[in-house]
Amino acid sequence: MDAFTTPLLAGTATGALLLIAALGLALTFGQMGVINMAHGEFLMAGAYTTYLTQQVVTSTDLSILVALPVAFLVAGALGLLLEVAIIQWMYRRPLDTLLVTVGVSLLLQQLAKDVFGAQGDPVHTPGWLDGNIDVLGYHWPFRQMFTIVLAGAALAGLGALLRYTAYGRRIRATVQNRDLAETMGVSTRAVDRVTFFVGSGLAGIGGVAVSLISGTNPNLGTTYIISAFLVVVAGGLGQLRGTVIAAFAVGVVTAFFTDWFSSSMAQVLTFALVVVFLQLRPQGLFTVRARGLA
Amino acid sequence: MNDDYLEIRGLTVEFDGFRAVDAVDLTLLQGRLHFLIGPNGAGKTTLVDAVTGLVPATGLVRHRRQDLLRTKPHRIVRAGIGRTFQTATVFEGLSVLQNLDIAGGIHRRAWRMGFARRGTPSYVEEALEIIGLASLRDRPAGVLAHGQKQWLEIGMLLVQDARVMLLDEPVAGMSTEEREETGDLLRRIGSERTIVVIEHDMDFVRTYADVVTVMHAGKVLAEGTVAEIQADPRVQQVYLGRAHEPMQEADHA
Amino acid sequence: MKQLQTWGRTWGPLLAIALVAVALLMVAPAVLSPFRLNNLGKYVCWAIAGVGIGLAWGRGGMLVMGQGVFFGLGGYAMAMHLKLEAAMASGGPDAVPDFMVLYGDGTMPGWWEPFRSGAFTLAAIVVLPALVAVVLGWAIFKRRVKGAYFAILTQALAVVFATLLVATIKQTGGFNGLNQFTQFFGYNLYDPVNKRMIYSIASVALVVCLVLVWQLYRSRFGELLVATRDAEERVRFLGHDPANIKLVAFVLAAVMASIGGALFAPITGIISPSDVDATASILLIAGVALGGRALLLGPALGALAVGFGRTTLSETFPDQWTYFLGLLFIVVILFLPAGLGSMWSQALGRLRSSRPTPTRASAPTPTDELEVAR
Repeated sequence: MDAFTTPLLAGTATGALLLIAALGLALTFGQMGVINMAHGEFLMAGAYTTYLTQQVVTSTDLSILVALPVAFLVAGALGLLLEVAIIQWMYRRPLDTLLVTVGVSLLLQQLAKDVFGAQGDPVHTPGWLDGNIDVLGYHWPFRQMFTIVLAGAALAGLGALLRYTAYGRRIRATVQNRDLAETMGVSTRAVDRVTFFVGSGLAGIGGVAVSLISGTNPNLGTTYIISAFLVVVAGGLGQLRGTVIAAFAVGVVTAFFTDWFSSSMAQVLTFALVVVFLQLRPQGLFTVRARGLA
Repeated sequence: MNDDYLEIRGLTVEFDGFRAVDAVDLTLLQGRLHFLIGPNGAGKTTLVDAVTGLVPATGLVRHRRQDLLRTKPHRIVRAGIGRTFQTATVFEGLSVLQNLDIAGGIHRRAWRMGFARRGTPSYVEEALEIIGLASLRDRPAGVLAHGQKQWLEIGMLLVQDARVMLLDEPVAGMSTEEREETGDLLRRIGSERTIVVIEHDMDFVRTYADVVTVMHAGKVLAEGTVAEIQADPRVQQVYLGRAHEPMQEADHA
Repeated sequence: MKQLQTWGRTWGPLLAIALVAVALLMVAPAVLSPFRLNNLGKYVCWAIAGVGIGLAWGRGGMLVMGQGVFFGLGGYAMAMHLKLEAAMASGGPDAVPDFMVLYGDGTMPGWWEPFRSGAFTLAAIVVLPALVAVVLGWAIFKRRVKGAYFAILTQALAVVFATLLVATIKQTGGFNGLNQFTQFFGYNLYDPVNKRMIYSIASVALVVCLVLVWQLYRSRFGELLVATRDAEERVRFLGHDPANIKLVAFVLAAVMASIGGALFAPITGIISPSDVDATASILLIAGVALGGRALLLGPALGALAVGFGRTTLSETFPDQWTYFLGLLFIVVILFLPAGLGSMWSQALGRLRSSRPTPTRASAPTPTDELEVAR
């Protein structure tokens, strides 16, 4: 039983982490066709925010809860800055945004190295997350379960934002037909900024979760960005459920491959699976029939 | 009998349960200018998309004993079926000559692709003359007038040696003179080809059509000469039921 | 006058390539110290890969973010042979590379065996990357996966490849890679004359690649490739399968990267995962973007410049190189998407005629795809 539950549960936690990271990517990619390679560094920013919060708020039990909104704001602000300073000038050049954000990602990584040092910093786990529960032979750490709760909350929050708020309607209108939304009086520019803020903010939340599991590290973003992108590619654009399914699928499948072979083999096989999957569904799991990026 | 015609049987295109084209039967014969008319959303362009492999469809589309529905888009082109799009799609950065030349690629063996162009092939020269753009041969296609771009596209079909030409609103946005020139062009090249034109402008249809097919809600409503179509009460109803009355309008124009 | 212009347009680029050849093969060896010349050889290897990236990305619109993989296939194939040469020179025909004794049990994996043969190695350097590119390209292009999806997949491939190398210390040297070569097809690698010979081989390879793409760019294939980049669907309705056109460019780019990698190993004396991973792949892109992705000489000269800049800046400001690289990407892509070389081409164009001639492939088109009417 162990051989099955361990990768399943650990993989679900990884999937949750990928989901938080991929939600923001799918949002900005789906709406604006912008591929933000610096998204991983926003994750890193969230992790360092957690670390810094723990320096200020010394009660570990409390600091994580403080770090969550702060990380959201920090990463969101970084995203907004990126949008205003660079990305808004190149919406018609999706492939070029990819390269520009590669540059931003390099800058942020080096900046983190210079400010915090090349070595990672530890993040303390609050008492209420320290421990585990025995599920069919696997001692499932509370930290991993917390990640899943966090992903669920992020998903619910984003879903509510999209479904019930005026901004959500505008975002959906912009995704489905940008020109039409524009003529209907939606300021797509303003909508883009909100999307970028929210999408990047989610990465910040993801960063808090990552920091609990592996601490901080200047290269933290690069570890997650490619998997998160593969999730977006496999999940399809325009619908959150595709991203959700793909995230957990990639997380669990990778965990099983890791268990059966090795972590490097798991990466190879997961990549191969995504390519094979694209043979069956080149547009990913779900797509909205929209004028989006091909 | 000459098998150089396009046969369509029971062609159906479905989008998420909606039948954009619904069991259409059509036989398009060589040497006649065939017009496809109907209100917006009647399924005219979708029909052309289905024939050229752009959207999946069921039924049968046959040309020279080849089932086009089982053929990939680029193979359909190689089988001699060419089309144009509503918005002229020429290569704006290439010259008129280069646009025509690049359309001739299907006549060349793959290894010849590695060589540079030397001189102008005779079929390109011929097409240039027919579409009347010989004097603009070195002009970038991007600076051509709207009508000229449409002619260039038709020229590209000539170079491709398309036996069947499906033209999607070729005279939309053209001036009266340009329309006349286009109509004459179609007559000139139509004698030895199968030409299907999607059109809204009834004046144009009346002047040049040999056969008219009226589509409505994905189905073929009527088929016949212009006079027959105009007399058909069902056709009148479809058009009268709409705010615009192209048939009438055209009569008064 | 007009004749002179046409002559210039046809043979001018060839003349420029000849100038590059003279600079690399005659001027550089005369003025540079052996150490600097060897460094230049390293940049030349990146430039060879850059020429391929220019073909695939600049002309074909395929943003290849994982060229390090192909660079690595060639590099490791060559390095394996050199490792075996070194082992056989000191330990007889059945000797195995030193690191296998160090980290493993001294047995060599079977797939190393054929690399004892120089001929096999040379063939593998061409065939291996071509095979990988055909399989991957076929899977991706036939299903019409393109744009950002393609870029992400290629980068993911680079990440996976590097991870795999790091994890297989007993088979590929792991994180350290393969190094300490002593001979290159029988020539002693410690002899400066032989080092110079390898430098010359790399330079000749670069020039050959440049002449090859020059011919491709002026050929009908080149026109079709640009047409596919700008309006893939339209090309389909010319009777071509865009997937095949893209595949040819992608495979050629892969083979060029592989050749660059194969020469990189003996020139630098090492090939390791950090030479082939995602970051290394991005570095290759940087040079191409800087020089001008769609130009003939832009990618090669850009790669040389970035290589030179990397060495110089790392010497002066050891930790600041990454900042420069990041800023380079931002500034070049944002303000000069057609690269530095485009400024030169524009100036040349203005000189030729007063009215601006729309150059066929100078600027990347903004939208990825033409909207097909529905």
